[in-house]
Amino acid sequence: MSAYAGTGRLVRLAARRDRIQLPIWILASAAMMSAGTSAVADEFPTEASRITALQGAGSSPAVLVMRGVPVGSDLGALVNFRNLASILVVVALMSTFAVVRHTRQNEETGRAELIGAGAVGRHAPLTAALVLVFAANVLFGAAMTGTILASGLPAEGALAFGAACAVTGLAFAGIAGVAAQLFQGARAANGFAASAVGVFYLVRGIGDALGERSADGLTVTPSWLSWLSPLGWGGLVRPYGQERWWVLALPLVLFAVCVAAAFALVDRRDLGAGLIPDRPGPAHASRGLLSPLGLAWRLNRGSTIGWVIGGAVFGLGIGSLGKTVQDALGTNAGVVEMMEGLAGSGGPDLVAIFFAAMMNTYGALAAGFVIQALLRLRSEEVGGTAEAVLATAVGRVRWVGSHVACAVAGAAVMLVLAGAFTGLADAASGGDVGVLTLAGAGLAQLPAALVVAGVVVLAFGGLPRLAVGLAWGMLVLSIACGLFGDLFGLPQVVRDLSPFTHVPAIPAVDPSATPLLALTAVAVALTAAGMALFRRRDLAT
Amino acid sequence: MTYAISATGLTKSFGRSRALNGLDLTVATGEVHGLLGPNGAGKSTTIRVLLGMLRADAGEVQVLGGDPWRDAVALHRRLAYVPGDVNLWPNLTGGEAIDLFGDLRGGLNPARRKELEERFQLDPTKRCRTYSKGNRQKVALVAAFSSDVELFVLDEPTSGLDPLMEAAFQQTVREVTAKGATVLLSSHIFSEVEALCSRVSIIREGVTVESGTLSELRHLTRTTITVEAGEPLTGLAGLPGVHDLEADTTRARFDVDSTALPAVLAHLATFDVRALTSQPPTLEELFMRHYGQEPAEIGASR
Repeated sequence: MSAYAGTGRLVRLAARRDRIQLPIWILASAAMMSAGTSAVADEFPTEASRITALQGAGSSPAVLVMRGVPVGSDLGALVNFRNLASILVVVALMSTFAVVRHTRQNEETGRAELIGAGAVGRHAPLTAALVLVFAANVLFGAAMTGTILASGLPAEGALAFGAACAVTGLAFAGIAGVAAQLFQGARAANGFAASAVGVFYLVRGIGDALGERSADGLTVTPSWLSWLSPLGWGGLVRPYGQERWWVLALPLVLFAVCVAAAFALVDRRDLGAGLIPDRPGPAHASRGLLSPLGLAWRLNRGSTIGWVIGGAVFGLGIGSLGKTVQDALGTNAGVVEMMEGLAGSGGPDLVAIFFAAMMNTYGALAAGFVIQALLRLRSEEVGGTAEAVLATAVGRVRWVGSHVACAVAGAAVMLVLAGAFTGLADAASGGDVGVLTLAGAGLAQLPAALVVAGVVVLAFGGLPRLAVGLAWGMLVLSIACGLFGDLFGLPQVVRDLSPFTHVPAIPAVDPSATPLLALTAVAVALTAAGMALFRRRDLAT
Repeated sequence: MTYAISATGLTKSFGRSRALNGLDLTVATGEVHGLLGPNGAGKSTTIRVLLGMLRADAGEVQVLGGDPWRDAVALHRRLAYVPGDVNLWPNLTGGEAIDLFGDLRGGLNPARRKELEERFQLDPTKRCRTYSKGNRQKVALVAAFSSDVELFVLDEPTSGLDPLMEAAFQQTVREVTAKGATVLLSSHIFSEVEALCSRVSIIREGVTVESGTLSELRHLTRTTITVEAGEPLTGLAGLPGVHDLEADTTRARFDVDSTALPAVLAHLATFDVRALTSQPPTLEELFMRHYGQEPAEIGASR
């Protein structure tokens, strides 16, 4: 078996490289699951409240697209309905990225050549990646099962839930294994496999939305379309709803087929080569690229479009919930209180409070986008391309400014569209909050995101080596203090530190310009200070 | 004489490590100046100070008559830079990167760009992530030499190029200097420096240990002499400036300090000399001499 020589060593190498990353994926998912499970128990303590919620949710196709299908009214079934669809996406992405990281990315960077020159078989790198990802998926499934068991729910459903996660992850590990053979670049392979996750999510969503509702409204049987999506199979196992164990075999079969195909491809191609080569690109740059702003846009284009589309889809999902919120949760005082806390304002109109609370989460999303876009300043500096650009007639302020402009414009478009799509979905499901009102409410979050941008620029200018940690840490604190400050019972002084605290809770209250102008002024001051510091410091790699 | 670059007493520390320790560098307008030094000597730090990427802790520095830190943008319009480790954006093509750098510098000559792409055999339609190290370097070279600028700052620009491309590089440098441009060339390739550079600075541990024309530098060190005579050679061992003497009556081989050369030749002339060869030190020997010793010893041994 010389083709597999060295596999053990490579597995240990891969595990060593991922010793932080994979545990984070698994532990964060377990934490998400734990929070999701207890949230369901808190919000819907009685069978009656669950039935009301399910009857509302099951009637909304948008909810079925986002969440999958309900399988019953007991607590476990609701935990499945609320969490399984999103957890499956997480495990699919974890597996995809891990396989590509240990196969194609190694080849692209030339590390595979160094490894392959040792006593290492031709099949060893792919085998090692699959072994690692197999182990990660088993642990992921076990973590899910354990988390659910810890909340006191029955074992059979917990086992089905965990197993569904693990085998779905394996299916996508197989898909990524094939993609890694087909594409020459790791980004292209990741892009293909991640698009597969997106497309299969959509197929599953449409299949579920077209499903047949039971007479009591408590379960929905997905249409045949959902059977075509590997992301649908997990739901078709039906944890906590008369489990169908044999469905677990489907992803395993797909995994086996993909692995066989990937090994066949390994035997037929050269190291470093793909079956789908990079296409040649333009020999000359278009006018649009030839400026610092054009370059910044080109570098951020892909992720910006992704975030904007994500924001719009998220908006659609939230908007479609408005009616459900009104119908199903109107009588639940605990949930109303939580929403008021999130929104930072109370009032008679529950739907308006709900949307105001959701606008705050759009603001947090936009802040996340802004941070990711602006940290590119730092990665360009470390990667050496910043030096190459700054060695031309481009000043430092202009360079930073062009990246800030891209981030701000992207965040603005994302917020307006997320708000507008919330309004559209709300109108489609019979609400009357208004597209323009919600688009404006989305945009009102921009100044808070700008303050976050200002802090990132300040950190980049003043403490470049700590910028990444400072930026994300600050976002977590802003969300904790601003969005959840009231729920956590933090004193007002602490909550005031977060920019999100100061955004008026539109549409629950009337918009007022003063806090927005003040936030913008703070943002401008922080950005200017960051730029001034950057002008005064050395480039640091 | 005007200077494209003049730096005196540059110091720069990174935390506790001192990268530049009172470095001096003068590059006359129109010359090709070689910057030599072992890894970690401070060559790239010096170049980054000259580009305004780093600010020197102390010392005076002028590039094209301006302050590289304060006047960075104005100066960068008049110079082009090729880093030793070329990093490009993986999803741009080489051609896009060339146009981008040219435009950000204030424009490039399209005819010259085309000519250089052919000379360096660069395919501009490939994505930068697929380029080898040598090809990334070609992108940076084509981008730099397609611009009509007064000063080229080149930090080990040929470390990934094959010998054919090395020749193309030397041809290109000669073309720009023929038009009056100044070139600062940091390099590890002695043949390249000997072929191109009119003056050379050798730096070590952040100070300039030697600077001058190649012949001036040679003058500061020893020449190797091999001599054969029709009678026994005597008295060589006692002469000042003679080192490492190997002699067997009529034949001798030794190193001599350049300053002592006239006296030694006068002494040899008193014998019946049949054959005499003298080898000036190669740049490599010059460099090795500075490589192996502490800067203080070099000062003392001059």
